[in-house]
Amino acid sequence: MALPDQDTALALLRQMLRIRRFEDRCAQLYSAGKIRGFLHLYNGEEAIAAGIIPLLDAKDAILATYREHGHALARGVDMGAVMAEMYGKQEGCSRGRGGSMHLFDAGTRFYGGNAIVAGALPLAVGLALADKLQNRAHVSVCFFGEGAAAEGEFHESLNLAALWQLPVLFVCENNLYAMGTALVRSEAETDIHLKARSYGLHSAAVDGMDLLAVREAATVAIGHVRAGNGPYLLECHTYRFRAHSMFDSQLYRDKAEVAQWQARDPIDLYERELLNLGLIEAGSRAALEAEVEAEVEAAVAFAEAGTWEPVEQLTRDVYTQPAA
Amino acid sequence: MSAPQKITYREALREALRAALAADPRVFLMGEDVGRYGGCYAVSKGLLAEFGEARIRDTPLSESAFTGAGIGAALGGLRPIVEIMTVNFSLLALDQILNNAATLRHMSGGQVSVPLVIRMATGAGRQLAAQHSHSLEGWYAHIPGIKVVAPATVTDARHMLAAALADPDPVIVFEHVMLYNAEGELEPVDAVPLTGAAVRRPGNDLTLITYGGSLPKVLTAAEQLAADGIEAEVVDLRCLRPLDDATIMASAGKTRRAVIVDEGWRSGSFAAEISARIVEQAFYDLDAPPARVCSAEVPIPYAKHLEDAALPQVTDIVAAARGVLGRG
Repeated sequence: MALPDQDTALALLRQMLRIRRFEDRCAQLYSAGKIRGFLHLYNGEEAIAAGIIPLLDAKDAILATYREHGHALARGVDMGAVMAEMYGKQEGCSRGRGGSMHLFDAGTRFYGGNAIVAGALPLAVGLALADKLQNRAHVSVCFFGEGAAAEGEFHESLNLAALWQLPVLFVCENNLYAMGTALVRSEAETDIHLKARSYGLHSAAVDGMDLLAVREAATVAIGHVRAGNGPYLLECHTYRFRAHSMFDSQLYRDKAEVAQWQARDPIDLYERELLNLGLIEAGSRAALEAEVEAEVEAAVAFAEAGTWEPVEQLTRDVYTQPAA
Repeated sequence: MSAPQKITYREALREALRAALAADPRVFLMGEDVGRYGGCYAVSKGLLAEFGEARIRDTPLSESAFTGAGIGAALGGLRPIVEIMTVNFSLLALDQILNNAATLRHMSGGQVSVPLVIRMATGAGRQLAAQHSHSLEGWYAHIPGIKVVAPATVTDARHMLAAALADPDPVIVFEHVMLYNAEGELEPVDAVPLTGAAVRRPGNDLTLITYGGSLPKVLTAAEQLAADGIEAEVVDLRCLRPLDDATIMASAGKTRRAVIVDEGWRSGSFAAEISARIVEQAFYDLDAPPARVCSAEVPIPYAKHLEDAALPQVTDIVAAARGVLGRG
C-alpha cells in the first residue's frame, strides 16, 4: 500500500496525540471531581481509531462502545462538545444525558457510545440493512472489545450480516482484557477473527499498535465491504495502558506486562516510522503537542463555561413528542 | 349503507400489514417464519409472494440480533416491523428493547429516534405450557421511551399498526393468541389513535377495566351481570403506556367501583398499577376498594383444567364484580 502523503501522515500523528492528551486530561479532571460516573480511557489503542476512521466517508455510520472518546474525536465530533458531555453540561454532544459512555453525534453519523458490551453489533447490522435496501454504498463500522465475542449478540450479528451480505465492518479491539478477565481465561478460541470465518465472514488480524498496518488492513477491509462483498471482521491486537475504568486497581495483570506493551506505544512507534521515512522532522511532534494542548484546554474551558440543563427539562427526549 | 364486514383478528392484522407495506416502501416485516412459512400464527400468509423477500424477511432464531437490526434499520431511515413469535422469546431481545430502542433518544440528547414497531404474541389459553403462555406486557409498560399497545378488537387490530408506524418512537404491539381466530365487525373507520382507552360498554354500577385478550371474557361477564340487573361499564385500555388516566378515573368516579382484569400474575401486575392510580386519584369517589382478577401465581400449566384454573375466567370476573357491590 502507498504511504500516506506528508500532510496525511502528520494529520494522523496529530489525531493520535489529540486522543492521548484528551484522555490524560480526562483522568486529571476525574481525580479533580469534574468528571464522574464510569470513565474508560483509550490510551494505547489510538492507532485503531486514527488508522480506520479517517478512511471512511462522511455518510458511513460509526458505532462504538463505552471506550469511545477516541472514536468520537477521530470522527470529528467537536472536542468541546465531547468534554462538555464528560462534565454533564447541556452543551455536551448528548446534552449531558449520556456522559462518557454515550457520546452521540447524528451530524457525523456517530451512533454511540454503547455500554452493553455487544449491544451495538445488531444496530450496525440494521444500519447496514437500511443502506443495502436503499441502495446506498455506505459502510457501517462497529468497534467493540474482544469481551463482546463471549456474548450471543456477537454470534447472532455476524451470522445475520453474513447471511444477508450486509455492508458492515466489525472492528474488534482486542486489548486482551474484558474488564479484569484475561482473554485466555474466558475464551476457548482466542483468535477472534477465526470465529468470524466460521460464520462465512472475511476477516483478518493486524497489529493494532502499528498505525500504518491498521490503515493498510482497514483499506482492504473497507474496500471489500464497500464493493458489496459482504461483511468483514478486522481484529486489532492492542492493549490499554490504563485501567479498565477509574475504579480498577489492576490487580489482574502484572506491571511487567504493562511495561512490555508500553514499550510499543503506538504514538512513539508511528513517530519513529515517520522520522525514518523522512516525513517529519525532529521537532514536528513537539509542535503538534503544543497545538493539541491548546485545543484540549479550549475544550476544558468550553465545558467549564457550559450550563446545567434546567431540571424542569428532565423528561424531555424520552419520546419525540412529550407524552400525553 | 352496507352491513359491517366480519373478519378475524388475524385477517385484520394481515390487512394492516398489507396496507402498511403498500403505502410506504420504507416499511418491511422481519421475524421468525414470517416469510416462507407464512407467519407462526399465519398473520403474514401470502405477503412474501406479494412483496418479495427483501420486505418480508425470514430471520434466524436470533431475537436479540434481529430486534437490534430493526433498531439499526430504523436509525437508517426505514420503518421496520419486527415480529417476535411470543412474549416469552422477547426476553432474549429485552437488552435491545430496553437498553437501545427505549433509551437511544434520551441518551443521545434527542438526536436520534427509533421509529420501530415490534409485534408479538402474548397470553395463554392454547395449552402451550409455561414457555409460550405468559403475559409480560406489564413489564414492557414499565419502560419509559416505548409505547405499548394491546388491540382487543378487529377494528383496533386493523388500524393501530398504521398509527404505530406513523409514530416516531418505538411501539410494541401485543397480540393475544386467543384473539387470532376471533371474528368481529370491522367498523368503517379510517384510523384508530395509538393512545387512549375506549369504553366498550356503558354502565353505572361498576367499572370493569381490562385490555387485549381479556376483553371478550370481560364483555361476557358484563352480560351475565346485566342479566342480574347489574350494569357494568367496560373500559378497554388499548394502550398500556402511556396510560389514559382520564378515561379510567371518569368511569371509576362515576360508578364508584372498579375491578381490574389482567392476565399477568397478580404480584407486581399491571392491574396493581391501575389499582394504585385509582386509589391515588379517585379514592374519595369510591364506595369499595378496587378489586383485581389476575392469573394465579404459577407458571402457566399445560393441562387444560389447570390452565383454565390459572387464568382469569368469566366466573371469577362476575364474582369479583359482585364482591365490590357487596353482593358476593
